[in-house]
Amino acid sequence: MSWPEFWIVVLRVILTFGLLLVVTILNVWAERKILAKMQSRIGPSRAGPYGILQTLADGMKLFFKESITPRKVELGMYVLAPFLAVIPAFLIFMMVPWGRPFMIGDHEVTLQGADLNVGLLFILAMSSMAVYAVILAGWSSGSTYPLIGGVRATAQAISYEAAMGLAMVAVVMFSATQGDGGTLSLAEIVERQSGTWGDLSPALQPVLQFVPRWNVFPQIVAFVIFFIAIVAETNRAPFDLVEAEQEIVGGFHTEYSGIRFAMFFLAEYINIFSMSAIAATLFLGGWNGPTFDGVLPGFVSAVLPTIYFLAKTYFLVFLFFWLRATLPRLRYDQLMQLGWKRLIPGALGWLIVSTLVISFRQFGPPWS
Amino acid sequence: MSDETKSTETVDLWIAGTEESQFAPTDEGAQEISAEESESRLDAQFGRVVEDDYLFDEVVDDGERMIVNMGPQHPSTHGVLRLQLELEGEIIRRSKPIIGYLHTGMEKTAEGLTFSQGTTNVTRMDYLAPLHGELAYCLAVEELMGVEVPPRADAIRILMTELNRVSSHLVALATNGMDIGAVSMMIYGFRERELILDFLEKTTGLRMNHNYIRPGGVAADLHPGWKDDIAVILEEMPIRFAQYDDLLRNNPIWLSRTKGVGVITPEEAIGYAITGPALRATGVDWDLRKAFPYSGIENYEFDVPLGSKGDVYDRYRVRVDEMHESLKIVEQVMDAMPKGDYRVDDRKVTPPPRARIDESMEALIHHFKLFTEGFKVPEGETYVAVESPRGELGCYLVSDGGAMPYRMHTRAPSFANLQALPITMADSLMADTVATIASMDPVMGDVDR
Repeated sequence: MSWPEFWIVVLRVILTFGLLLVVTILNVWAERKILAKMQSRIGPSRAGPYGILQTLADGMKLFFKESITPRKVELGMYVLAPFLAVIPAFLIFMMVPWGRPFMIGDHEVTLQGADLNVGLLFILAMSSMAVYAVILAGWSSGSTYPLIGGVRATAQAISYEAAMGLAMVAVVMFSATQGDGGTLSLAEIVERQSGTWGDLSPALQPVLQFVPRWNVFPQIVAFVIFFIAIVAETNRAPFDLVEAEQEIVGGFHTEYSGIRFAMFFLAEYINIFSMSAIAATLFLGGWNGPTFDGVLPGFVSAVLPTIYFLAKTYFLVFLFFWLRATLPRLRYDQLMQLGWKRLIPGALGWLIVSTLVISFRQFGPPWS
Repeated sequence: MSDETKSTETVDLWIAGTEESQFAPTDEGAQEISAEESESRLDAQFGRVVEDDYLFDEVVDDGERMIVNMGPQHPSTHGVLRLQLELEGEIIRRSKPIIGYLHTGMEKTAEGLTFSQGTTNVTRMDYLAPLHGELAYCLAVEELMGVEVPPRADAIRILMTELNRVSSHLVALATNGMDIGAVSMMIYGFRERELILDFLEKTTGLRMNHNYIRPGGVAADLHPGWKDDIAVILEEMPIRFAQYDDLLRNNPIWLSRTKGVGVITPEEAIGYAITGPALRATGVDWDLRKAFPYSGIENYEFDVPLGSKGDVYDRYRVRVDEMHESLKIVEQVMDAMPKGDYRVDDRKVTPPPRARIDESMEALIHHFKLFTEGFKVPEGETYVAVESPRGELGCYLVSDGGAMPYRMHTRAPSFANLQALPITMADSLMADTVATIASMDPVMGDVDR
């Protein structure tokens, strides 16, 4: 690796990291503001214009607060758990391409932390890792409410990861038909969603040429299942049993305070954003969109894909907030039933259906 | 002997840095539940004393039981209620409400206040339905004295207490929504409650703890333009209730969280002296406004909404329907508001108008006597109950002929309703606990007094 290439890697990691931090801070503020609007409140309004600096102020406060360590904790795990929550959260987003690659001199810069050829597997692995943080935090706190929260987290993560993985498989299989062989690289999956569905059928061509070639259209069922699963995966309402305030106080983070609590909090919001980003990448075409190359100045055309990416992701993030404002919390057994009796059979059924359709289209029906 | 030495050993406090803690947590005496208890106490705690057949007998006994303290500092115990739960995984086997954290001796305080001061005291008991507390107390005083209040005072009392019922049920709805996780419902309920509190404030001067209903009538006439304000409330509320239905009644998650949860049978409800919406949700048609009408409420037309299953959902529906019925009563009172005095014209009971004090020596003397020693109430005892939003709110009053009650006791509906928690929650899931507590709508000020 030459020096310029090395610096490009450093640059893109820093860019991705910076984007994620800025966006997360905005997300916390946005959620509070949007929830407030939905509940006819005002929301944060003091720190900075429209209270936009409120998250920073809260973060500073938590940073300087004492991190209380209760007597009964298992110290090693107790200290380790917040880090286990934050690190996978950052690593997941490193896989997501958030803009069109551009050239500096003759070096290509991809706007993505790292383009692994096993990107999706890495994401699944990291989101499973994040669950360890919750379980260990709950267990090591040596207190009853966190323990219950930890146990709930285990059950929830196992059930919903399966549905999430199955929904991903359907997309990957479909994506394999769109290009040259199967791929698990997110950059590649995004590339394959560029263009429109215009070439699908000559009869409907006038309509379909305006429909972007996103996976969500053929894979709508997988998208719905995937979205429900990521809401559960990030422990958000209506699946926020892990930290159900009204039942088990704070759940796994009841005994955490100060910067350690802030890390859990940060991880949750990073996960909301990065999971939405992954959903946007897999189903909504990632950064794809009309860039008007040649019509608009080159700089604008280069930035537009990032804006498209953020817009799609924020649409999904908004859905997260909207769900929280509207829906009551599911009960533990209802959560399990939804996971095992509806989502997983649904995802499996959809996988079979889409496999059949894909193979019929490729090889023709078996009776021919 | 051994017990004595034991208790002296545990008084040492735990000192920071020492290895072994000598610290014994404070106990609540007989109120606590412990892992080992006698058979008869276990029966009571499991709710076996009263027949109940809806418990599912799923046995998961792997010896992994833990006792959890829920409260008194907990987000959803509605104040300072403390529950001890014996959990087996997520399932509650035993539970026990522990009360007394808000006990301020208000019944005793009442013995040191004159009859005219007493309303300031009772209004602070059930702080979500202060006017009902005042009404019960004043009805008791008036019964002992044999005072007839003018028809306008009666009508104002009904108007205010029925509005108060709506505002109290709105809080119940809001907190019930909140506890099940519908956070927006919390804000909406309190937002609509403001409409009513604004009305109450305009007339009484205060949003809570009004001290508005006094022996002999009410403290002041309705504020000018009250009809317009009521019209706004009557117009606005049904629209908002329809929105709540969109948010809750038509929401599958809400239905699955409330239907079949926290079931109370009619036998249990009667056995535990449960009153109010919690009783009516079981299908028992018992409303004091119909059974023992007070303040002329029998002149207005309204229905008593009933449930059938006695679960959280039925209690929620009964409350919503009751709000509609209360608004119906309010509308009728508004249309038929009699003219006349808003308090009895008896200078031994009610103070003279302010203007009279400047002109009349006699009025000044009455005023002075009323506010220094108060009026005397003939010897006797009485019990008067009104239908508060939580159930039968009764006032038992004994007078020895002086200016202060000899004894005042409040039959608090929340207190009686709380008794049913152990049998309602036995063998249910932890998440159902909060739904059940919220649907019983306890006000800790009412429980502890």
